[in-house]
Amino acid sequence: MSEAVDPPVPGRIAPVRIGAYTASSALGRGRKATLEALRARRSGLTRNDFLETPIVTWIGRVAGIESEPLPAHLAQWECRNNRLAWLGLTQDGFLEAVNAARERYGPTRVAVVLGTSTSSIGATEEAYRRLEPGGKFPPDLRRPAVHTPHATGAFVQHALGLTGIGVTTATACSSSAKVFAQAERLLRLGLADAAVVGGVDTLCGSVLFGFNSLELVSPEPCRPFDPARRGINLGEAAGFALLERGDGASPQGQAWLLGYGESSDAHHMSAPHPEGLGARLALRGALARGGVQPARIDYINLHGTASQKNDEVEARVVAELFPARTLASSTKGWTGHTLGAAGILEAVITLLALESGLAPGTLNSTALDSACGPQIRLENAQADLAFALSLSFGFGGSNCVLLFGPRQAEP
Amino acid sequence: MTRIAWVEGIALWGSHLPGWALARAILRGEAPAPEASAQRPAPVLLPANERRRAPDSVAIALEVAAKACAGAGCDPKSLASIFASTQGDLAVTDTMCATLAQTPALVSPIKFHNSVHNAAAGYWTIATGCMAPYTALSARSCTFGEGLLEALAQAECDASPVLYVAYDIQACGPLASMAPSQGMLAAALVLATRRSPRSQALLRWDVREQDSPGDPPARRAALVAGNAMAGCLPLFEALACVAHDVLTFPLGPRLMLELGVEAADATR
Repeated sequence: MSEAVDPPVPGRIAPVRIGAYTASSALGRGRKATLEALRARRSGLTRNDFLETPIVTWIGRVAGIESEPLPAHLAQWECRNNRLAWLGLTQDGFLEAVNAARERYGPTRVAVVLGTSTSSIGATEEAYRRLEPGGKFPPDLRRPAVHTPHATGAFVQHALGLTGIGVTTATACSSSAKVFAQAERLLRLGLADAAVVGGVDTLCGSVLFGFNSLELVSPEPCRPFDPARRGINLGEAAGFALLERGDGASPQGQAWLLGYGESSDAHHMSAPHPEGLGARLALRGALARGGVQPARIDYINLHGTASQKNDEVEARVVAELFPARTLASSTKGWTGHTLGAAGILEAVITLLALESGLAPGTLNSTALDSACGPQIRLENAQADLAFALSLSFGFGGSNCVLLFGPRQAEP
Repeated sequence: MTRIAWVEGIALWGSHLPGWALARAILRGEAPAPEASAQRPAPVLLPANERRRAPDSVAIALEVAAKACAGAGCDPKSLASIFASTQGDLAVTDTMCATLAQTPALVSPIKFHNSVHNAAAGYWTIATGCMAPYTALSARSCTFGEGLLEALAQAECDASPVLYVAYDIQACGPLASMAPSQGMLAAALVLATRRSPRSQALLRWDVREQDSPGDPPARRAALVAGNAMAGCLPLFEALACVAHDVLTFPLGPRLMLELGVEAADATR
């Protein structure tokens, strides 16, 4: 490998308005349930009982998906991932907010940019378990629309009555953070007037056995940044945000998307760069686009998967770049690692923190790795929070950092 | 608002269009297409011990990515990249699903690495030492257009050249009945908003509301027939023939990417 080159530092962007947002995970459905579980330090993790997989671990499973089929008019889209997408879309008045945007701008002018890691691969896995003689898919699963990476992106676009840009980003754990960056570009260039961004990922055999084969799965509830951490717990989630250009009015006190940074590690498919170079580049990009100095960051929602390497590298980067007063934590002890949905789920948790002043701590962990600086907290804190970051670092070396806060003076 | 982008590098690799030099001659009608399918290109960017077991999708994506960068005279490390694939690596997905159905505990770490949609992009940035961002995306029949739109948007927003790679491979196993795709096809472009001495064509682009694709099929569509990325061919025919052309690529049920293609010479 030849020597890496630092990409140029990006310029300021205009803040992007967040018209509505929601998330559903093992913590419950919607913003209120999520915030209450964070406040009460009530974890959503349970012993692995998914598909009777014999892997000893804990998972962040969303209750009730199995007993809630899609509405009849959407039945041809049936699969676990699309059920969770629908469950997520119907919380917090999100459908109504999108309907209003569609009315205002027209159905081709509202883009859909969704992140996922494995989309509805669970439906394909099921078909392979139930193959008919001659290797045919069982009749109920002979639906090409659910056996493709864009299955949930296409479903969400259809369910929302939208007919313009519709795309799925699949960069593993950074997927549904990067969609904010894509949407900002579409809005800035006038290619869309609003964008539904978000992500959906559900538990499936591929990720449970896949991460198990990498020996990254913890047999106990995950303990981010704990020196005795034993790996990750997998989870599932759906989350969405409606983004618009900042030229309209915005709800009082509502946070804006101020910046984003993207980078590649150029190091390894499933291990982070040892010095966190990719993470640093992504942080630099987000702060530069937002015109915000590290000293002003009040809260950071860390990637904090509880894998040995991620947490060690991430803790060092945070300790070096941010002041001691910055509050930082991983919320994966509540939700598990929701992979392609982690970006949006943790963006929503970050927005809830800014709105409520609740900076979540780190659940299940009882001590902090020696790599941690004073920023990383175990206990919840209540504080005035204005600027916050959400960090997503993915498999395949794809990194994305989002910066949220009050509207800044235009660049 | 119509925007412009310069095509700095072009690469194409298909089972019957093995490499841009030959593909260009075939698409111009100056050479016959080979009757036999070409052997997949060796992924020479990968370490020797990884080359043989690299999935087909990674091999063809890395091949066109490297050739497009070379044609553009760009250091791969300097380019943000967009990797688009309708179905990802269908052979790896088939193997993963079969293993999960029969002996799930035997899922291998390598197969799992290779099963993610961003495998080709991940291997590309690792092999070239590129720390610029990449995106990996999919959008059913709109995949080529959506990827091209993202590439054009990034080039415009960041005023920096970008690498666009689009690929799909042959389907196999039971999944082939639900996600059909024939042969291998990969295409790549390096796009820039500023003209350079290497500029090969000028693109004028915008989005436009339109109900159905109005374009006739590519003249040599039979050479890529059945591949999930076959929809990219009209652009490469236009680039081969350097005649003025206006093409459309679907982005969604009622939105198209409209793309005017002109020879770089014609604009001097």
